[in-house]
Amino acid sequence: MKGLADIYATLFRTDLAMHFQYRAAMVIWLLGRIVDSLVFLSVWAAVARAEGGQVGGFSSGDFAAYYIAMMMIGHLTFTWFMFEFEYRVRSGAFSPLLLQPLHPIHRDIAINLSYKFLTLTVMLPTMGLMIWIFEPVFEPPAWAVWASIPVILLAFLMRFFVEWALALVALWTTRTAAANQLYFAALLFFSGQMAPLSLLPEWLQTLAALLPFRWMLAFPVELLLGRLAPAEVLWGAAAQVAWLGLSWAVLAAVWSRGVRRYSAVGS
Amino acid sequence: MAVPAIDVRELSKTYAVPVRGGGLTAALKSLVKRQTRQVEAVKNISFEVAPGEIVGFLGPNGAGKTTSLKMLSGLLYPSGGRGRVLGFEPFKRQRDFLRQITLVMGNRNQLLWDIPVIDSFERNRAIYRLELGAYRQTVDELTALLDLGALLDKPVRNLSLGERMKCEVAAALLHKPQVLFLDEPTIGLDVTMQRRIRTFLTEYNQRYNATVLLTSHYMADVEALCKRVVVIHRGQLLFDGQLTELVQRFSPHKTIVVELENGRGDLGGYGEIVASSEGRVTLRVSKAETAQVTGRILSEQPVLDLTVEDPPIEDVIEEVFERA
Repeated sequence: MKGLADIYATLFRTDLAMHFQYRAAMVIWLLGRIVDSLVFLSVWAAVARAEGGQVGGFSSGDFAAYYIAMMMIGHLTFTWFMFEFEYRVRSGAFSPLLLQPLHPIHRDIAINLSYKFLTLTVMLPTMGLMIWIFEPVFEPPAWAVWASIPVILLAFLMRFFVEWALALVALWTTRTAAANQLYFAALLFFSGQMAPLSLLPEWLQTLAALLPFRWMLAFPVELLLGRLAPAEVLWGAAAQVAWLGLSWAVLAAVWSRGVRRYSAVGS
Repeated sequence: MAVPAIDVRELSKTYAVPVRGGGLTAALKSLVKRQTRQVEAVKNISFEVAPGEIVGFLGPNGAGKTTSLKMLSGLLYPSGGRGRVLGFEPFKRQRDFLRQITLVMGNRNQLLWDIPVIDSFERNRAIYRLELGAYRQTVDELTALLDLGALLDKPVRNLSLGERMKCEVAAALLHKPQVLFLDEPTIGLDVTMQRRIRTFLTEYNQRYNATVLLTSHYMADVEALCKRVVVIHRGQLLFDGQLTELVQRFSPHKTIVVELENGRGDLGGYGEIVASSEGRVTLRVSKAETAQVTGRILSEQPVLDLTVEDPPIEDVIEEVFERA
């Protein structure tokens, strides 16, 4: 355990140094994330005003709170490995990772965490600025704020494992960009990024509850906004744990088969 | 032979390669029915390498060298037979196995591009769980042997190819592996740098009694490092033995270089002239006739200088492949 802690500390430190090399690229990525949230926020706030102040129980202040929370949780939970695996496999960059006595997932967790640690220095002030400009209605009960900490952690872990397990598809077929696109389209829709899920028709809400996306984003956001009852929170956390367990099991089952299949042809 | 460090028994690897003709019709056909062809990259090769031995693994491009090294290091799953390294089955990639081996590929880098070399070393220290004191000592040793002092604090992307390769080799050896798989470790390097890496490998081998399996297209590497060579061609083992024996067996010729007093003279009658410039003539004669031809030249021609040599190892290897 001490060895693993040292590995994480060392990877985290050196990854931070690496991120610093790409400051400009990092800021551009962050801008993209912020602009995304601003667009949804502005559109829905305008719709609420046009509808006489409310849409499906959301005022413009509620939408502001929803999308500011969505931006932050989206940032805390996102990963890029589904895109990176295709490159790793095609270029053979996966090989050195396999020859070290450490499962590659640890490197990916460390680099993801270090990236988020660093970028929070930009995201937190941005969030403050947005709160000042858009005056969100943010009045959750204290228990919901406390409960959101483990729920956000679970959301991060389940999203990480689901996406890492899906990324392994690249070991079988090296062209994964199209499949990734499908995944991210579903994520955009069913995670509540495009619209709060309560605004969708009943059957789509049921479908969203069966898929993993809601538990990655909409669920922690709704909790943080104080829109969920304690029983709903327990259900949601159970769904997160179930998806985490499932993706873990899939990963464990396909990992060695995938690696066996992997053959970096050529040198 | 002691318990071999590397023990290869009828090792094979077959790839299924998609086949498709050129043009749109073929592309459409492959949508309906995908055809593949089985390519046998390595066919039933067997050999052993004793602990502490340095063996050259030779063959032309596409012979199956890299595929074999990848199977022995655990990157590829064999289609048949087995390879054992230090008693482990490589494809299982157990941690105790990975901690004792290394694979260096001259055209690949594992150092992180954007951070200083020493930071990549630090990552390896943590990943291989090296004790801090021992790690520092190894870094000092490698820094002295490979002259890395000025490079450690530079980001890898700012290094020249030769500098980077030295750092790659050092990074691959921080955990003091017992078995080294080296795939073209000197590719693209200038002569001085090649020599430096060779000297270093010899020293590492002697100091740690490490086993080395090395591929290289530079025969100077092979001659300097390996007493024994294993030659493969089209996936099959052609030769396994001493380098000198390879020359004996596959080169029925010797080379006689003659320098004549008057700078010219017809030596065509003594053997095949393979080169001639400024009074120096290089003749190729069959091994059996060498002594007799040398005697004749010395008695019949105004000789200033005469040397008898084995043909260059490159020529011998070429001969081996041509015959195969």
